[in-house]
Amino acid sequence: MQITPEEITKVAHLARLDLNPAEVAHMTDQVGAILTYIDKLNELDTTGVTPTTHALAINNAFRDDVVIPSLPQSEAIKNGPKQNGEAFIVPKVIS
Amino acid sequence: MELALYDQTIHQLQELLQSKQLSSVELTNQVLNRIDQVEPQIGAFITECRDLALSQAAAADQMLAKGEGGPLCGIPLSIKDVLCTKGVRTTCGSKILEPFVPPYDATVITRLKEQGAVMVGKVSMDEFAMGSANENCAYGTPKNPWNTNHICGGSSGGSAASVASGECIASLGSDTGGSVRQPASHCGVVGMKPTYGRVSRFGLLAFASSLDQIGPLTKDVRDCAMMLNAIGGYDPKDSTSVKESMPDFTATLSSGLSGMRIGIPKEYFSEGLDQEVRAAVENGISLLRQAGAEIIEVSLPHTEYGIAAYYIIAPAEASSNLARYDGVKYGFRNQDASTLLEMYKTSRSQGFGPEVKRRIILGTYALSSGYYDAYYKKASQVRTKIVEDYQRAFTACDALVSPVTPTPAWRLGDKADDPLAAYLSDAMTICTNLAGLPAMSLPCGFSTAGLPIGFQIQGPHFQEGTLLKIAFALEQALGISQRRPPIST
Repeated sequence: MQITPEEITKVAHLARLDLNPAEVAHMTDQVGAILTYIDKLNELDTTGVTPTTHALAINNAFRDDVVIPSLPQSEAIKNGPKQNGEAFIVPKVIS
Repeated sequence: MELALYDQTIHQLQELLQSKQLSSVELTNQVLNRIDQVEPQIGAFITECRDLALSQAAAADQMLAKGEGGPLCGIPLSIKDVLCTKGVRTTCGSKILEPFVPPYDATVITRLKEQGAVMVGKVSMDEFAMGSANENCAYGTPKNPWNTNHICGGSSGGSAASVASGECIASLGSDTGGSVRQPASHCGVVGMKPTYGRVSRFGLLAFASSLDQIGPLTKDVRDCAMMLNAIGGYDPKDSTSVKESMPDFTATLSSGLSGMRIGIPKEYFSEGLDQEVRAAVENGISLLRQAGAEIIEVSLPHTEYGIAAYYIIAPAEASSNLARYDGVKYGFRNQDASTLLEMYKTSRSQGFGPEVKRRIILGTYALSSGYYDAYYKKASQVRTKIVEDYQRAFTACDALVSPVTPTPAWRLGDKADDPLAAYLSDAMTICTNLAGLPAMSLPCGFSTAGLPIGFQIQGPHFQEGTLLKIAFALEQALGISQRRPPIST
């Protein structure tokens, strides 16, 4: 086994997902099988190989710091599932 | 036999529109009628936008009357539901975005609108573009127009199925590990994944930001070039888009293959390859040789590690990108949650489907403390080896040709419970994205069961013109680009 049900539960919490016991069991099997396959990467010696995180050699894309029109506040928040026209409303954070 | 209007290509219809033999409103009505006819069998659309399409068509007719608009003016298109469309619901195939109506257009949509193109609707996709069969969509699974018991491919399945079945003239999809090329191959249409950075990703809902690229699905190679002309080019709103010149890709289509060297990567023709796929692709290769290309064998020795590297890198990037779906700013929220944490967890758990959850878990695990070096760093180093394979190959040849998928489209449900089996079907498309290269798929034949077989061409960065030239030569030699699926209505 590549990953335990406890680890799945811990990672799910980090990812802000709730999994029921059946989902944890299923996920443990499936993610375990995928990780077993991924172990194939260890067949390769990659000592000293520079990792690639981006396919093209682009460096920072700078632009002049000028103000350009952006979405008005009312447009920007209108998709909020709960909002009051000025701000998003969420359950109380500090009790 | 003359093709029905909805089955014709952009370039055929453009001539009729610009010579005023046809109006965009007439054409759009024909396409909308076709949607009524075949949509019950195909199921390509998530959201149809008939009123918008007809008003865009009327506006296009006015542009055409004044001699304005671009080459796509008046042409009805479908758009993968991964692209933000101002005022038109954009779900990404997910329940978590069911109510989301973007307040802005993706840059590619802005560019299509500037040309006067018409949008008939938003089409189906695997949720957040994660899948190879389009069976992971919260709004149903489109069927393969050539045989509705088979998958249409994914994740841009709705795009491919709608183009093949005449529910639009062309479409836009997105390709993170083969998601344009693979459904194009399964549905017998042309699909292109441009070079990373060629097309702006502004307004594309992110899956894996270092791999995602928007690309066209069309009925032939000339249409593909026309779509790329329309959507390509630098955009200051996407800091990864590249200031590379944009040639007219239609101008060089017929310039021939003499002097061109085409490589056959031997790793793509291994034992597991379906015999009919092998035969169709080998036939395509011999036609390219007859057309004047020199064919050489090359090796991409790290190809077999592509899937393993991808299934760390893509889920890792996705786990970060999809953190934004928290029930606060847009999309679905569980309104019953009493604490913030409960709201995050229950909204995400109820909003995401199983494949998306699986990849978020996998990606979060790969990036979590103690595992980063073993997984993410290792995969990124293997990515370097894959990039180097291509660099070596392209010193010897101008492009690489191969199958797109190891088999024709499989039956619906066949790999639905085995994610790893579905992942392995992407073996021939995934390395392209890891290296950021352009690639395309075009039909090169049919299996005895009547399912399309695709032919893949990959090239060096920004050499889409070379790919299109090879594809055009092959399309001319094959003479099958007018074939359309036999959909019973």
